[in-house]
Amino acid sequence: MASSDKDLSGLHPTNEPSVQKSDDAHGYYVPGDKIVDPVAPTGPIKDRWTQRKFDNRLVNPANRRKLSVIIVGTGLAGGAAAATLGEAGYQVKSFCYQDSPRRAHSIAAQGGINAAKNYKEDGDSIGRLFYDTVKGGDYRSRESNVYRLAEVSANIIDQCVAQGVPFARDYAGLLDNRSFGGVQVSRTFYARGQTGQQLLIGAYQAMERQVAAGTVEQFTRHEMLELIVADGKARGIVARDLVTGEIETHLADAVVLASGGYGNVFFLSTNAMGSNVTATWRAHRKGAYMANPCYTQIHPTCIPVSGDHQSKLTLMSESLRNDGRIWVPKKKEDCDKDPREIPEEDRDYYLERIYPSFGNLVPRDIASRQAKNMCDEGRGVGPKVGDFRRGVYLDFSDAIARLGEDGIREKYDNLFDMYERITGENPYEVPMRIYPAVHYVMGGLWVDYHLQSNIPGLFVAGEANFSDHGANRLGASALMQGLADGYFVLPNTIRDYLADAPFDKLDESHPAVAEARADVEGRVQKLVSINGTRSADSYHKELGNIMWEYCGMERTEEGLRKAIDMIRELKADFWSNLKVLGTADSLNQSLEKAGRVADFIELGELMCIDALNRRESCGGHFRAESQTEDGEALRHDDEFAYVAAWEWGGENGQPVLHKEDLIYTAIEMKQRSYK
Amino acid sequence: MRLTLNIWRQANADVQGAMHRYELDGVSEDMSFLEMLDVLNEQLNAKGEEPIAFDSDCREGICGMCGLMINGMAHGPEVTTTCQLHMRSFNDGDEITIEPWRAEAFPVVKDLCVDRGALDRMIQSGGYISANTGSAPEANSVPAARDKAMRAFNVATCIGCGACVAACPNGSASLFVGAKITHLGELPQGQPERDSRVVGMVAQHDHEGFGGCTNIGECTAACPKEIPMDVISQLNKDLRTALKNGH
Repeated sequence: MASSDKDLSGLHPTNEPSVQKSDDAHGYYVPGDKIVDPVAPTGPIKDRWTQRKFDNRLVNPANRRKLSVIIVGTGLAGGAAAATLGEAGYQVKSFCYQDSPRRAHSIAAQGGINAAKNYKEDGDSIGRLFYDTVKGGDYRSRESNVYRLAEVSANIIDQCVAQGVPFARDYAGLLDNRSFGGVQVSRTFYARGQTGQQLLIGAYQAMERQVAAGTVEQFTRHEMLELIVADGKARGIVARDLVTGEIETHLADAVVLASGGYGNVFFLSTNAMGSNVTATWRAHRKGAYMANPCYTQIHPTCIPVSGDHQSKLTLMSESLRNDGRIWVPKKKEDCDKDPREIPEEDRDYYLERIYPSFGNLVPRDIASRQAKNMCDEGRGVGPKVGDFRRGVYLDFSDAIARLGEDGIREKYDNLFDMYERITGENPYEVPMRIYPAVHYVMGGLWVDYHLQSNIPGLFVAGEANFSDHGANRLGASALMQGLADGYFVLPNTIRDYLADAPFDKLDESHPAVAEARADVEGRVQKLVSINGTRSADSYHKELGNIMWEYCGMERTEEGLRKAIDMIRELKADFWSNLKVLGTADSLNQSLEKAGRVADFIELGELMCIDALNRRESCGGHFRAESQTEDGEALRHDDEFAYVAAWEWGGENGQPVLHKEDLIYTAIEMKQRSYK
Repeated sequence: MRLTLNIWRQANADVQGAMHRYELDGVSEDMSFLEMLDVLNEQLNAKGEEPIAFDSDCREGICGMCGLMINGMAHGPEVTTTCQLHMRSFNDGDEITIEPWRAEAFPVVKDLCVDRGALDRMIQSGGYISANTGSAPEANSVPAARDKAMRAFNVATCIGCGACVAACPNGSASLFVGAKITHLGELPQGQPERDSRVVGMVAQHDHEGFGGCTNIGECTAACPKEIPMDVISQLNKDLRTALKNGH
């Protein structure tokens, strides 16, 4: 990408560009040119977005009707974007693999959505939300993007209330707030434990209204399998109708990917069964850069794995750590005892011991890593899965003694019920068992300030892009980002691109279109005709085990090298020994899985290479080689204050690393401490 | 535990389906119902028999994608979604019958998957509040009475799974429509379109081939989110008012 001649006057960087001295991933990648965001805004940070909205060109309403946009994914980002672009008058085609747009996994978010409304008059502001989010992201996000996110957060709440989202209210009928991890103000809006559901239903209904109005055409049970790039621009997708198996070509003037995160590369995660990387990975293979793929958020309070049959993991809200005390037995031989029979002096409340000032309320990454450490020492509890017991106790007996069982029931009733339904154990009587699980990915396709990837005409929104959360996402920020992108950011940036219309005429006979379609057909045929012995699920599980073991909560140079070798072997085996029954011209869930697993395998390798290159610990990425004397994460701003944007290196080539320096002008970089 | 499963197999919407019998051993009580089917599918795949198609996505009871008739009960014997039903609700040696949702308006797509597009089309017919992005006033400028907001929330928890339709002997979607009418009708923002909404959604409901409500109550008994029957009273009341108002 060409560097821009942007005006830096008025900006006073607080840090220098970093210079990388270590090169752990030597031999696995090709160094590429540095990149910059070609549309990065300048001027005082609080004016940047306002100025940009003014500067971006307009498309008049009569011309909008002639322009088409494809949107892949119907979660908060995709659903909101489809509704908003439809309202503006563009022709929108919306795609989802589920049977209805309302199933998108945004629906599962529990806690809430942050917004700098300052309804509590407790010192909150756009600046404060900006600061908390950059700090929470461990100084690995772009400050202009994060400031914009904080700025539009208040509009999101207004929009959702107008749509009829039933947020919690106080007795005066005004909106209520609660506080969430990592901050000192009360800025989280919520709808009991189902905030994501209510926000998504709001976006879904707005989108369905546009379907009725004729501006949005909805394609359910359709999966994008290829991006069409013609004459250097993203101009459409190839999708498979999952019911008939038909391969379809859809052309448009611009393409938006809002297809969510790729946490299912670990097989077990809190993601939905169908959540996948295929849309973004196909775009990556067509030239779109994948940024910081190794940044993964592992949530500390999930219900542990109960056996090899496990298909997914269920999150228990983080709020439980306010009243529960986390412990494991001091002695290994106590691990299979009834926890109620283990006396107080034989319990190790390890978070309270190691982090006396934050105790059980340390951030997500630290709580997760210490739980793993305890289990690795052989002091985990619950059923053995493989060689280890993978669980720690979250004990409410002190809180029950203090508040009474009714007091706890009032606060956590639905969570306790959900726990009992899944485990068959009553947490009012026996301590809960919890274990960390993959929950969210901060990495994603590289985008500029306009949410446009390095392929012109390809925009990426929500969890699918990389830009706002740095190396770690704060609670209640994913919903905020999805809706900010969909309702307010993308509609204001994509118009500047669409203002170049009319674009060249394109039809199915264009070589790029025909080639993309032929590629998909060939690939689908290949998957159903290998006729080996192993199911797609068995490969997915094996990949997940490799990723969890070597690219999970703690990563080492040696482990990552080993993982890369293992993944390469797995990939070769997959393409020679896969077994997919049924046909390609009907509903075939094994075929769908196989295509997704094939892409996860390639992504897994890139994640390991990215993790290997980044010899520092930051946010959700912990490299064992980069820690303080007492075992805490150690960032290296002098070497790694950059975005790692990877370019596809070809089928058997090596990925190319492009670095984008992270230069802060409005905030000073600091090291986190929770002791 | 060891189970005998009678499962509906149907290649596509155009052909006749039939029940098939499978024996499954080594089922753990900690498995979810769908994980039990995953295990069966792995075994079928290994034997060279095409796996059984069934829908699921979040597997935590909120997306509404899963839904099976289990021994004649929508989502099975517990008040929850199929994905949150666990095998400890069954016993060793049980024989279990598994069918797709049965309703005129939900044609079978394959095996246990059905087409619930009719639910989307009912939402398109008025199940929204018209508020273009950018047009919203300050959120706290319109207070909403807390008890009404809470009722709105309680019925807005509907996950659109279609269990109410599958459970109803008439194949009615009145609980689904009533929940949406009540959710939006209890909020001040929902008032301007209140009449047109109920008229539009009910017309689409009938057009899709859903049956009428005869107050049997199977819908609310099967609902995994326990949406109460009074939303159907609300639906009738709102419809009456709208018609009186000349809609």
